[in-house]
Amino acid sequence: MFVLCIFLPLIAAFIAGLFGRLIGDRGAQYVTCGALILSALISPFILYDVAILGHARDVPLMTWIASGDLELSWALKFDALSAVMIVVVTVVSAVVHVYSVGYMSHDPSKPRFMAYLSLFTFSMLMLVTADNLVQMFFGWEGVGVCSYLLIGFWYHKPSANDAAIKAFLVNRVGDFGFALGIFGTFLLFQSVSFTDIFAAVPGKADAKLHFLSWDFHAMTVLCLLLFIGAMGKSAQLGLHTWLPDAMEGPTPVSALIHAATMVTAGVFMVCRLSPMFEYAPTALAVVTVVGATTALFAATVGLVQNDIKRVIAYSTCSQLGYMFFAAGVSAYGAAMFHLFTHAFFKALLFLCAGSVIHAMSDEQDMRRMGGIWRKIPVTYGFMWVGSLALAGMPFFAGFYSKDIVLEAAYGAHSGVGLYAYWLGCAAAFLTAFYSWRLLIMTFHGAPRADHHTMEHVHESPWIMLGPLVVLVIGAVVAGKLGYNSFVGDARVDFWGKAILVLPQHDSLEAAHHVPLWVKLLPLVMAVSGIALAYVMYMLRPAWPVALAQRFQGLYQFLLNKWYFDELYWNVLVEPALRFGRVLWKGGDGAIIDGLGPDGVAGATKAISRRTSLLQTGYVYHYAFAMLIGVVILVTWYLLTRKAG
Amino acid sequence: MAMGFPILSVITFLPLVGVAFILAQRGDEATVARVSRWAALWTSLATFALSLLVWINFDPTSAKFQFVEKHAWIQGFDINYFMGVDGISVFFVLLSTLLTPLCILASWEAVEKRVREYMVAFLALETLMIGTFCALDLVLFYVFFECVLIPMFLIIGVWGGPRRVYSAFKFFLYTLLGSVLMLLAILVVYREVGNADIPAAMAHVFPKTLQTWLWLAFFASFAVKVPMWPVHTWLPDAHVEAPTAGSVILAGVLLKMGGYGFLRFSLPMFPDATVYFTPLVYTLSIVAIIYTSLVALAQEDMKKLIAYSSVAHMGFVTLGTFTLTVQGVQGAIFQMLSHGVVSAALFLVVGVVYDRLHTREIARYGGVVERMPKYALVFMIFMLASVGLPGTSGFVGEFLVLLGAFQANTWVCFLAATGVVLGAAYMLVLYRRVIFGKLEKPDLKALLDMNLREIVVFAPLVLLVFWMGVYPATFLKPTEPAVVELIRKFNVQRSASLEAPAQAAEVRQ
Repeated sequence: MFVLCIFLPLIAAFIAGLFGRLIGDRGAQYVTCGALILSALISPFILYDVAILGHARDVPLMTWIASGDLELSWALKFDALSAVMIVVVTVVSAVVHVYSVGYMSHDPSKPRFMAYLSLFTFSMLMLVTADNLVQMFFGWEGVGVCSYLLIGFWYHKPSANDAAIKAFLVNRVGDFGFALGIFGTFLLFQSVSFTDIFAAVPGKADAKLHFLSWDFHAMTVLCLLLFIGAMGKSAQLGLHTWLPDAMEGPTPVSALIHAATMVTAGVFMVCRLSPMFEYAPTALAVVTVVGATTALFAATVGLVQNDIKRVIAYSTCSQLGYMFFAAGVSAYGAAMFHLFTHAFFKALLFLCAGSVIHAMSDEQDMRRMGGIWRKIPVTYGFMWVGSLALAGMPFFAGFYSKDIVLEAAYGAHSGVGLYAYWLGCAAAFLTAFYSWRLLIMTFHGAPRADHHTMEHVHESPWIMLGPLVVLVIGAVVAGKLGYNSFVGDARVDFWGKAILVLPQHDSLEAAHHVPLWVKLLPLVMAVSGIALAYVMYMLRPAWPVALAQRFQGLYQFLLNKWYFDELYWNVLVEPALRFGRVLWKGGDGAIIDGLGPDGVAGATKAISRRTSLLQTGYVYHYAFAMLIGVVILVTWYLLTRKAG
Repeated sequence: MAMGFPILSVITFLPLVGVAFILAQRGDEATVARVSRWAALWTSLATFALSLLVWINFDPTSAKFQFVEKHAWIQGFDINYFMGVDGISVFFVLLSTLLTPLCILASWEAVEKRVREYMVAFLALETLMIGTFCALDLVLFYVFFECVLIPMFLIIGVWGGPRRVYSAFKFFLYTLLGSVLMLLAILVVYREVGNADIPAAMAHVFPKTLQTWLWLAFFASFAVKVPMWPVHTWLPDAHVEAPTAGSVILAGVLLKMGGYGFLRFSLPMFPDATVYFTPLVYTLSIVAIIYTSLVALAQEDMKKLIAYSSVAHMGFVTLGTFTLTVQGVQGAIFQMLSHGVVSAALFLVVGVVYDRLHTREIARYGGVVERMPKYALVFMIFMLASVGLPGTSGFVGEFLVLLGAFQANTWVCFLAATGVVLGAAYMLVLYRRVIFGKLEKPDLKALLDMNLREIVVFAPLVLLVFWMGVYPATFLKPTEPAVVELIRKFNVQRSASLEAPAQAAEVRQ
């Protein structure tokens, strides 16, 4: 039954993808939604059996790659870590599948869309249940391809195609690090299976690895290489540029892939590899710093974006930063907890945004929204729930998870931990601010859309709102329900062997004993963020404009996302294209062919032309040439004889 | 199978029976063309079916040459008709027999003039390709290896595009230059060993300085065939001008002869020189991977782009071969097989739209998916395989090669792995420009999706791409003993020759 849960989406994708025309739109939707709902229903049993009853197990399927010492199998690993992910993935995916039936109702290629979604779900499940690094890589690349296909789903839009390629390529850069990490791990451990590696790590804690021209501390360099992969997939600072552009895809895709599941794969990876990271303190520090910096960076950019989906995308990027620095301070349980709650409320926010977009006739710019909350009250209400959870208001899911993340960062009592705590608090303020900015700009104030659009504003059908109820429930109760198991007293039993925390790194224990102000500060920050947003956008709408004009430079800097895209384009992409052209015309054309075949052929022609000039046909020319030849021959003969 | 049944000879020369039959046809041109097509198809299918017997009866646990046939050929010179396959060569035979019928099917309608001669050329080519991979006698190998040039030269020169003559000559001259040097080397090896047996030469220990020269001479020939940078420029031209099926065979099988040559000759016969030249090969391979990937990014012609990608992918092959690790070498072989399937398929993919619009210029396309969804799916699969997506054949080869490279030299692995990023870039851009976008060009609006014949051509290749990606053990297991043995012998010979100078030094003292 466990295996079925993983493979149902694949079967569904296969049927919908290849026989979509045969079974029709309806059929494809039934098959994929049915399969996903079934998987989602099975998944809690897996979690219960594996994490609560403690029946963690590996299910081998068959050999994959075997060569020399390398033995790789297709296998499914069911432990607490993967079980949590299975629940998140299948539940959110099932919700998104059903929602898509409504959202994509006007689209001509529904079976293709449903097939991609299901295929994505399968890849994601393979990723989380991998029992070795290479199978994880399989899922990793698989979700990447599905993400590429879904971002570029509306293939007639050039911007969507660009975004799709960008997402794939930026992720490939991350995968480059991931792959090198796998090779290095194999070199060090002669295995890529988690069980073997984790068992051998303590013995290799001080091992050195010769990488490039230097000898590094093996665990540090391996963890950092693998983390580059995680940074790509989870859109961390430097490799984040693809995520906002990925919003070109249909909104259900953004909710499933670019909020709830795929982008959290990096966090999952770090948690999965906790037995390695625990022995690489430097790598953990890097993870913390990168995570904390991203959390703040993305929040600052989110402040000024006008596209409703991009605001949420930057918010996702920022929240992923929280998860990373939680993992970086060894609070893997907290990272997973935030991942778990975030999946619900962020998917909810995205799907609500989709509902708004649907209502506003595909308008995404918040500057052309406003004044619609009475027309779509359910969406509005759901959006409030999502925002409250995101901002970390008490008793909503985000409150529990974000607070424990920040407390753990503080509790780590390290420099990077404090860095993460303060940046995290600042980001919490910004998060609350942009969330309410979004709410107010979208729903309140005077309507800024044209008359025609406003007339069409309508609440979404129940096929879209119904599934959201699941997420609303999750966004409300997931925090309270999961707290004890994920990060509370039961955490050791719950995670079992899936997560390793060395006793000296137990920041989660320390998190429960931090001073009261540490616990309260994030809440204060969030409330003041909301208050400020209320003042600026509800009471004094002229202020933001004035501010933007007053601080034009800063505003442009944020609006242009710190100029990362321009930097990469000018420094990497454009030179690569130009260099390619130079190599082609200059290297291949002028130098190799010019000196090689064409050159030789040309020279042969030229020489033969000259030699043919010698054949003048006049006898005295020949006689003269022969005479000179004889003279030279005789001279040479005499000279050499003399010498001999 | 009964011992002594000359199965390898049968599959090698069966296509020639087809040739004889086609040549015997008389009648008006249309009839002859029709009969030639069918005869060529059936002959190549029969050959393929028989070659499956080789696979089925192949003992995957043995590193030895199997199905061996040995008959005196040129008496007095100890030159024999000596055939056999081991784990390294067996799949190349299968690759040749698989691709030939597909090529014939792909040319079914595309080739309209001189059909009889075309089919004869293809069948002859098949004989020579199979022969090359089966030959275990230096002279026999040389004959097959070189004769391959002739039908290929004709296929490009007669049925090719507008600049076919230039390309055909460039192709011919480049490869011939290498061959002349190889012929000299073969003569030297023959004199040194005393006979022309390849297994004997593999067991022979050549003096160190001689190894260097022989290695270089063989390298000249194989490097052109692979092709390695900087002797690769014949390939894009040859591909662009060759008819679709010609490109398929060229990319699918002919390039592999170079990689096969390294494994059969350079590594086992000249281990010291191999070690000596390994940095050179690494450098050239890495340059090939990065340089040609960048060049591929700039291409305007679909076939040229795929041709350049071939050079990059074959760079992984040479890289893996010279890592001298089990994973690296097995990866190289697997990468060759995978590239044989994937690049062949990609050229067929280009052929499908070329047959409809008679242009390969990328900018002339866009939004093709609108009219040809099946085609878009097939193209997507091979595009992803070329990019090396896990689960497709492309991943396994690249992964093993890079894994081997990491053990040999991390810099090499690091630099080669950048090719994985670049490789994704040019393939995705190609796919996007051809398949995606708005369908605006008027002549594209009338495109018809793939017909049954085209689907039949692609179906086995699609199947193989996933088979090789999900369960590569089928193809890795039979090659493993031969590769392990190759590396074991290599190390034995290496250590022997490392000890030799030490002993000599002792004697001198």
